[in-house]
Amino acid sequence: MQIFTNTSYNFTRWRWQAAAVSLVFVIAGISVIVSRGGLPVGIDFSGGTIVVVKFDQDVTEDQVRQAVGPIPGEEVVQQYGDAQDREWLIRLALTDAVEDGFSIDQGSQQILNAIEGAGLPSFELLSREIVGPVIGADLQRRGLYATLASLLAIAVYITFRFRVSFALGAVAAVFHDVIVTVAFLVFFGYDLSLNIVAALLTITGYSVNDTIVIFDRVRENMRSRRRDPLDDVVNLSVNQTLSRTVITSGTTFFSVLALYLFGGEVLRGFAFTMLVGVVSGTYSTVFIASAIAITLSQRNQPLAASPTAAARQEAKARPKRKTRGAKAS
Amino acid sequence: MNKNLRWKIVLIVSVIALSVWSFYPPGQKVNLGLDLKGGVHLIMRVQTDAALRIETDTSAERLREALNIAAVQYTSLEVSSPTEFAVEGIEDDQAFRQVAVDADTVFSRSEGVGSYTYTMRPNIASQLGEEAVAQAQQTIERRVNELGVAEPIVARQGAADQILVQLPGVTDVDRAKEIIGRTALLELKLVEQGPFPSEEAAMQAVSDVVPPDMELVSGAEDVAATGGGTPGTVYYLVRRVAPVTGRDLRTSRPTLDENNLPAVSFTFNQDGAQRFGQFTEQNIGRGLAVMLDNRVFTAPIIQSRIADEGRITGSFTQQEAQDLSLVLRTGALPAPMDILEERTVGPTLGRESIEAGVTASLGGLALVIVFILLHYRVTGLNAVVSIVVNLSILLGMMAYLGATLTLPGIAGFILTIGIGVDSNVLIFERIKEELATAKGVRAAVNAGFDRVWWTIVDTHVASLISAMFLFQFGTGPIRGFATTLTIGLLANIFTAVFVSRTMFELVLSRRPQQQAQVLSI
Repeated sequence: MQIFTNTSYNFTRWRWQAAAVSLVFVIAGISVIVSRGGLPVGIDFSGGTIVVVKFDQDVTEDQVRQAVGPIPGEEVVQQYGDAQDREWLIRLALTDAVEDGFSIDQGSQQILNAIEGAGLPSFELLSREIVGPVIGADLQRRGLYATLASLLAIAVYITFRFRVSFALGAVAAVFHDVIVTVAFLVFFGYDLSLNIVAALLTITGYSVNDTIVIFDRVRENMRSRRRDPLDDVVNLSVNQTLSRTVITSGTTFFSVLALYLFGGEVLRGFAFTMLVGVVSGTYSTVFIASAIAITLSQRNQPLAASPTAAARQEAKARPKRKTRGAKAS
Repeated sequence: MNKNLRWKIVLIVSVIALSVWSFYPPGQKVNLGLDLKGGVHLIMRVQTDAALRIETDTSAERLREALNIAAVQYTSLEVSSPTEFAVEGIEDDQAFRQVAVDADTVFSRSEGVGSYTYTMRPNIASQLGEEAVAQAQQTIERRVNELGVAEPIVARQGAADQILVQLPGVTDVDRAKEIIGRTALLELKLVEQGPFPSEEAAMQAVSDVVPPDMELVSGAEDVAATGGGTPGTVYYLVRRVAPVTGRDLRTSRPTLDENNLPAVSFTFNQDGAQRFGQFTEQNIGRGLAVMLDNRVFTAPIIQSRIADEGRITGSFTQQEAQDLSLVLRTGALPAPMDILEERTVGPTLGRESIEAGVTASLGGLALVIVFILLHYRVTGLNAVVSIVVNLSILLGMMAYLGATLTLPGIAGFILTIGIGVDSNVLIFERIKEELATAKGVRAAVNAGFDRVWWTIVDTHVASLISAMFLFQFGTGPIRGFATTLTIGLLANIFTAVFVSRTMFELVLSRRPQQQAQVLSI
């Protein structure tokens, strides 16, 4: 069974159109974020209280909302998981009177008292998360640093193994993926949590992984096709690795889809982030990373006249020269 | 089969056997994180300022005493911040400096007009803060151990004054917090005056100025003291200096008082007993305030010399008496603690999460296996075997290292499957391409592996870099993810390259006819 055999799609020809599409996505994403008043950070970063309770009889959202209504500050009430589980999540933003001794659990006490007092069916406390402002700010800073530092380290590695223009292409692709993914998260109403930041970091890894596979091939092909312009070499490399790209992205996508569908409520945000990121990462490798690498490379001008298609086929049939990585075995 | 190949197979089989032996049975050998097992996660902050304040207070008091003894005149001596106190209105500068020489080791002195400001030296302040955090960590460790929690974590983390506490399986958060976070500073002080029914009454008794060597403290409600009827808080004026404190305790245990109500009894160590004996002997007939965290619990009249034993009574429940004796036994915290973050996962949610996570992983794995077998047929078996070996090495290593499996860790398993598939697909697709150049099967397989080797190294190094930063950044569950991902990546280099190649060699050695159909790629 073959998915793609000797394809020769001209991916690089579409790079400006692709760049325009990406730009639209990125701008739309940023405007969604701005229009909703910044990134919707969850309590992990903003501080606050989340309580998840499981009622032993059905309750309506209005009932829960009414019960917690009198608590000062803004409350968020959400169904947690499937309706038949009767699980509800109640979130309180950070109030002012916190961090004084044990009083950060004040919010959760208020929630529990309110539900008890409202005459709702009896319930079980499934989980309780309370994050104070110190930790929230701390995590925010560390999350940002970790993402930037890991990107920098990866860029250094790619520069060392390939060349600077490739590293810039890879990093631009990662930024593209992160912005697009965050825009989707905002649009679908997910709050940035620790788990989602972990997923975003994973996506940076995945996106770079994908990019490197193609760059590796480009590097190899550049040795055997010194006379071709870089965009032809890139195009050839993208085509040669197309089967692998589709199979890998496809299997990863379906594994993550399984996680999204069956992984439970706690991992849903994580899985959603990965779903968007896998698609975006695959697309950005082909269209963003390569395009930027080509545009920034000085070796874009052909050293000789562009070879004909026939010559290209011939070149492909030629036994390849030993690459840097090939061990004599 | 050549000798080389045989050794490779022996190596692979032993790695598999070792891994399975490490994690089997997984129920016992793989640590589950709080999000899967249920439990309490706390990040606490030691109020190091309070610890510094105690030092500053003590130094200021000592200076006051010394000045009084030497009869050096001054108008005021006040502690203005946790690390600063000021003396004003000094008349005889020479005499003052002679008396105050002791304070110079800890404080730096700046001179004003007839006044001095003492500021704690920064290196001493940071050393005291560090000691307070270290001591708090040890105290919490002792308390957690006494609670009998299996596999707790008590560790410094993040900013210098933060302590992470994880208690798997504990679901009564409030009690856990009460025990861990209670300062539990026991002090026995002499009652100078009181009890008073209100703060005003107490202030009246000293004509609105509390003498410098005394302090006004609140006490437990005591119906008898307030003259019956109205239970309320009472107030005492007590001597500032405590002759004995919780540091002088040898042990403490829950007991019953004469009315058969729960109480806590304690015994002093030798040194403490001696001081307490002397103190009670000198103060027969006066009140002894038994104070816990600056609040008077009981204030009995000293009837006779008491040597080595005391008791705290109050309206305790059995549980409270037990917990109080626990915190007294394990010593006081050097400073009060704040809770910065608290996460509790109930056992129900943990169980649901495990089920969902395992279902999703198995579902993902099944999908991938079906696809690979459909696409690559017999050769696909190769990939399936290497992925399964990868997962068993991953589980084995996690059990061996005592790493914790968290919910994001399960996601790490799924990602490891994805990486495994990726490496195998890279190799297979490359072999396919090499076959197209009609080199013969064996040469194509060799070339496929060789050419892909550096691609695999590059992709894995890049992923390891991001996993490393993830670990650096993350707390509990996310570290679990980074750990799983790292082990999975390392195992994958072994399985996708070494195991898979050995299997190719095995097939080729059995069927020497060099036909592409052997591989059915």
